[in-house]
Amino acid sequence: MARAVSRNTRIGWTIAAWVVALIIFFPILYTIITSLKSEQEAISGFNLIPSFTLQSYETVQSQNNYFRPFMNSVILAVGSTLLALIVAIPAAWAMAFSPTRRTKDILMWMLSTKMMPAVAVLVPIYLIFLRTGLMDTRIGLTVLLMLINLPIVIWMLYTYFREIPGEILEAARMDGATLRDEILYILTPMAVPGIASTMLLNIILAWNEAFWTIQLTTTNAAPLSAFIASFSSPQGLFWAKLSAASTMAIAPILILGWFSQKQLVRGLTFGAVK
Amino acid sequence: MATRQTASLARLMRAPAIILLLIWMAVPLAMTLYYSFLNYNLLNPAGTSWAGWFNYQYFYTDPAFFASIWNTLVLVLGVLFITVVGGIAIAILIDKPIFGQGIVRILVISPFFVMPPVAALIWKNMIMHPSYGVFADIAKFFGAAPVDWFAQYPLFSIILIVAWQWLPFATLILLTSLQSLDGEQMEAAEMDGAPAYSRFLYLVLPHMARAITVVILIQTIFLLGIYAEILVTTNGGPGTASTNLTFLIYRAARLNFDIGGAAAGGIIAVILTNIVAVFLMRAVGKNLD
Repeated sequence: MARAVSRNTRIGWTIAAWVVALIIFFPILYTIITSLKSEQEAISGFNLIPSFTLQSYETVQSQNNYFRPFMNSVILAVGSTLLALIVAIPAAWAMAFSPTRRTKDILMWMLSTKMMPAVAVLVPIYLIFLRTGLMDTRIGLTVLLMLINLPIVIWMLYTYFREIPGEILEAARMDGATLRDEILYILTPMAVPGIASTMLLNIILAWNEAFWTIQLTTTNAAPLSAFIASFSSPQGLFWAKLSAASTMAIAPILILGWFSQKQLVRGLTFGAVK
Repeated sequence: MATRQTASLARLMRAPAIILLLIWMAVPLAMTLYYSFLNYNLLNPAGTSWAGWFNYQYFYTDPAFFASIWNTLVLVLGVLFITVVGGIAIAILIDKPIFGQGIVRILVISPFFVMPPVAALIWKNMIMHPSYGVFADIAKFFGAAPVDWFAQYPLFSIILIVAWQWLPFATLILLTSLQSLDGEQMEAAEMDGAPAYSRFLYLVLPHMARAITVVILIQTIFLLGIYAEILVTTNGGPGTASTNLTFLIYRAARLNFDIGGAAAGGIIAVILTNIVAVFLMRAVGKNLD
């Protein structure tokens, strides 16, 4: 849209867009501001300028041992993503580079597993976890999160791999490249950006998962989503403390998310919108 | 390229993913189906017996069931309406030649990255709290009485929170679609004197139709499973005023320990979700060829 627009029109749209954007962002902004207030300030009416105290952050760590759920979140999100990639990369690779007549059906079927509502398998998964001692363990939840996101990971990788032109391989072969050369020098460099994007999106999804983490953990393996949900029971006035815990829970993923805007569209629409 | 050797190698590479997903899909679902025909309560596991269709009948005649189906519908449609209409408007606004477009974009998509319990608790305590929330501060400023949102309008409050979380998703996808619109076509229409609303109606909207469909279908799948937002705000109440199907099943399984009933509810949820899923699969499948 490089059309000539009058300066006034442009300023008008700019103001409108910024007002809307700030309204949408406001709850997050206000949470960050409140996390820098004392509990007393937090409940004494609307105020955008905090006293910049880090007291609430200290309280969250000392009272609730914040570090543990944080580490659990990191382990679950990164662990389940890596596991999913180990299984998904070969599968997506095979389907993209040596497709068969049934490849499309297999992909659609994989997508359909993602449509299964979590609550439909709550009963069996809960009972399995209870009886096998997986309840409230990191390993159980890591595997579960891997399975939940596996279809999205395969799909995203597939849409990336499919864009690598097959002719380039033929050209390399003509020039006498071995299979090892092909994989090492041609395919890998071309596939890495797609794999990185997939990884980023999956970490975000796994970090924010809040159904299974709440159902299947109590204290030992509880990640941040389950930890923050436990704040719902009132424990006096705790606005600043809640804000500090929330800010720390969303900050890492917010920053990752900003970097992955484009991939988000692709990953969450299964390549239907690019 | 597909020699016999590479074909068998490809099969080997696909196998682990397919087997894992097959187990993940078939085993729990078969178990749910089996449990749905049992009288099985975790508080009295010894009294387990065959129930036939009783669990389904029980679920079907429970007034809470219809309330929950209704609430699910209102929740899904309410959020869809806000996010699609709002998403179109905001996408068009961001697409205008504005200063600081990158930052505006980042601010707008941010709520999507906030995990559900955090989003719900922020809104519950800091925005909508009847005495300390920002809404109450605004009401007081204008001399009005603050509203106790979650007691008086529980479902609406949850719709508001969930819409806030999903508005960025709709906006981002619609913006992506909007940016692929042919600028020359728009200019031609403008030069021919087509007014803004008819350009929107006949050029922009048809171009975005596919993206809008995808937004509606994908959001519906996720919105049918809304759980954490209800858990930390209203806990499904008052009464069943904000209980959706997911929450009702969770209650049966985890609070009443009624395994059979929860399983029957789960099967009903599968059927409902599949109706939407069929349409989504078609929309996505078209793009594969």
